[in-house]
Amino acid sequence: MFDIERPYAPRDYSLTGPENERAIKAGLASAQWYHSDVPRKLMKELMQRRDGPATRDTAIWLGLMGLMALGGIAFWGSWAALPFFAVYGVLYGSACDSRWHECGHGTAFKTSWKNDVIYQIASFMVMRNPTTWRWSHARHHTDTIIVGRDPEIALMRPTVIAKAALKFIGLPDIFNDLRALARQAAGIISDAEKDYIPQSEWPKAVFWARIHVAVYAAAIITTVVAGSALPLVLVGGPRIYGTWHMVLLGLLQHGGLAEDVLDHRLNSRTVYINPVSRFIYWNMNYHVEHHMFPMVPYHALPRLHALIKDDLPPPNASILDAYREFIGALLRQRHEPNFCARRALPPSAQPYREELHDIDVARGQGGD
Amino acid sequence: MSDWVDVCAEGAIDLEDVIRFDHGTRTFAVYRSADGAVFASDGLCTHEQVHLADGLVIDDTIECPKHNGRFNYQTGAALRAPVCVALATYPARLNKGRIEIEI
Repeated sequence: MFDIERPYAPRDYSLTGPENERAIKAGLASAQWYHSDVPRKLMKELMQRRDGPATRDTAIWLGLMGLMALGGIAFWGSWAALPFFAVYGVLYGSACDSRWHECGHGTAFKTSWKNDVIYQIASFMVMRNPTTWRWSHARHHTDTIIVGRDPEIALMRPTVIAKAALKFIGLPDIFNDLRALARQAAGIISDAEKDYIPQSEWPKAVFWARIHVAVYAAAIITTVVAGSALPLVLVGGPRIYGTWHMVLLGLLQHGGLAEDVLDHRLNSRTVYINPVSRFIYWNMNYHVEHHMFPMVPYHALPRLHALIKDDLPPPNASILDAYREFIGALLRQRHEPNFCARRALPPSAQPYREELHDIDVARGQGGD
Repeated sequence: MSDWVDVCAEGAIDLEDVIRFDHGTRTFAVYRSADGAVFASDGLCTHEQVHLADGLVIDDTIECPKHNGRFNYQTGAALRAPVCVALATYPARLNKGRIEIEI
């Protein structure tokens, strides 16, 4: 594994290319993944759902958004509006991602309809079709960073760093997302989407795409009729000017780490971050833990982390520390395209399961 | 022809919990509800090959530990994406302090 001397051949990250078949033949698709040992009794406690934390956080989130929007509108046309929209933008254009994610898993709230309502709202804010992305995220958890199988690989090698930097202002993501919504609204499900969405769900995908497109069209029409950019600053615009925090932390989830492995300790990253970012990100900085145990709600992840951290590589101490590792890996990949950051495990940890990774993906064969 | 098969002592499954039960080449999930009633279903989720015994029992539902799909474990009905196909269920009973399932 991680043979940096191996001749490098660019990979086809699409789900419709040859890598999909190769991953299946290599035993990387729908495979058994490594899990740290957690006694059933403790795991049951950790998995328990509660309404309290997410209800509180959602009230703060939407309440602050409302206040910031009112402040921005009140000072619209003056520089005084900027700080209001700076905060509003992050609450809309970044916090939407974590709410989409947690409510999509159905773990944020105990009450199902609360998960569903916030999931729909957040899906709209983050410009994701709630149906197609529910299924893409299920695949992401089945085949995390398996090339040809995972539709949510954010950085494809060789990574063009300048292009990745554009993500901080939503480019080209929002155009890709809006184009996908327009296509789906026209009733077209792509071949890649057909790979992970059952046919019975396609009508729902089309329905929700049409709802999203209709709301964006209304915002654009209102902007033109009113002769003011304010409607688009409030709706949709935050995915450009407020998305930086989502990208800042999102790129760290798997960036610079291994592809085609079956141990989340090798392809996911846990980072210690500040409390404000943890609120915005709903504890997804505990990303190894989340992938190992997706049933554990965000509010229980710090406890899960404390329980299994001796079986995990040491977390990055800060966002800056994680970026040093991440950017360092990207820079090194320019000369050694097969390189990925590999963290040493503490002596208390179970070793990486090398036998799961001795797989020659290029030949589509498992290792001995 | 189906048979009643011994699974375990009643107390081996906590209330509102589930265990794995393997029999021959087949694998099952055996449940106790909050009021002590027993139920059984196929062990693997119909979405992916993930065992439900690692999942969470919430009221009359079992949530898959991998993708959070949900089934009603008493009827097998698929309740929440990404599961779309119902789960096969089997009769279960208490017999002299033992849990048995009919398979």
